[in-house]
Amino acid sequence: MPHPRSLALVAVGGTLGVASREALGLAMAGMFPMADGASLPWAVILANVAGALLLGLLYGALAHRRLIHHTTRLGQTLRLLLGIGFCGGFTTYSTFAVGLVLLAGTTDPLHATLWALGIVIAGALASWAGMVLGGGRLTGGPQVHPAGDRT
Amino acid sequence: MNAFLFWAVAVCGGLGAATRFSIDSAVINRVRLAFPWVTFSINVTGSFALGLLTAWLTGALAAPEWVFLLGAGFLGGYTTFSTTSYDTIRLLNERRYIASLLNLFGTLLAGVAAAALGLWCGSLL
Repeated sequence: MPHPRSLALVAVGGTLGVASREALGLAMAGMFPMADGASLPWAVILANVAGALLLGLLYGALAHRRLIHHTTRLGQTLRLLLGIGFCGGFTTYSTFAVGLVLLAGTTDPLHATLWALGIVIAGALASWAGMVLGGGRLTGGPQVHPAGDRT
Repeated sequence: MNAFLFWAVAVCGGLGAATRFSIDSAVINRVRLAFPWVTFSINVTGSFALGLLTAWLTGALAAPEWVFLLGAGFLGGYTTFSTTSYDTIRLLNERRYIASLLNLFGTLLAGVAAAALGLWCGSLL
């Protein structure tokens, strides 16, 4: 079992992340109805790509900035609260996957496949951009390993 | 949606995130994994569960509030898109190209297949 403090930080971050995704969904409800919105809402796509960017930014900074380095207590706290908690809760794979299946049913499988590939590639590129902005190099260099608590 | 339901969904999401973290912590203290299997499995099982819930909602077997609490809340916090995206780049930076592509496209393929299976299983009831 992880340390209770770590678990609490992840739970608080996750709660705020999910609340932010909900708020984004409410704010964007009915916007851009052209984009097959019913089964794969823009809010979920936006939250996923923005969350991937934010996580890259955070882990890039945690690997390279001395003040919040992931080996420090502050770095550890930020990793748990913002990385595993907030970004993990703000982004979602389940709604994305179910949305794609429904999209393939209402439009056509090729259309849904292109959306799927576009979104996962956009997510990876956003994470990459975030890492570089956070202080990392374009390739290589030290990296933060996103994992649970080692006890 | 009222404020109570909004925050109840958010707290369920926090529990989902804590569950993901607990599973990850339990696994990495027992085995050393070269591939992010834990995040992969969490995303696949979460997609299956949401498929099931969505089918139950369509068939009026589950109330919308429960689907919201468990689906958008718990499963939304349990599964994660950001870690999969980040890990893809991390593996790429480690020059583990096959693992990186498998992580990105394998999670997508398995997640969508699991969601479809969940929707199908849920429609049988």
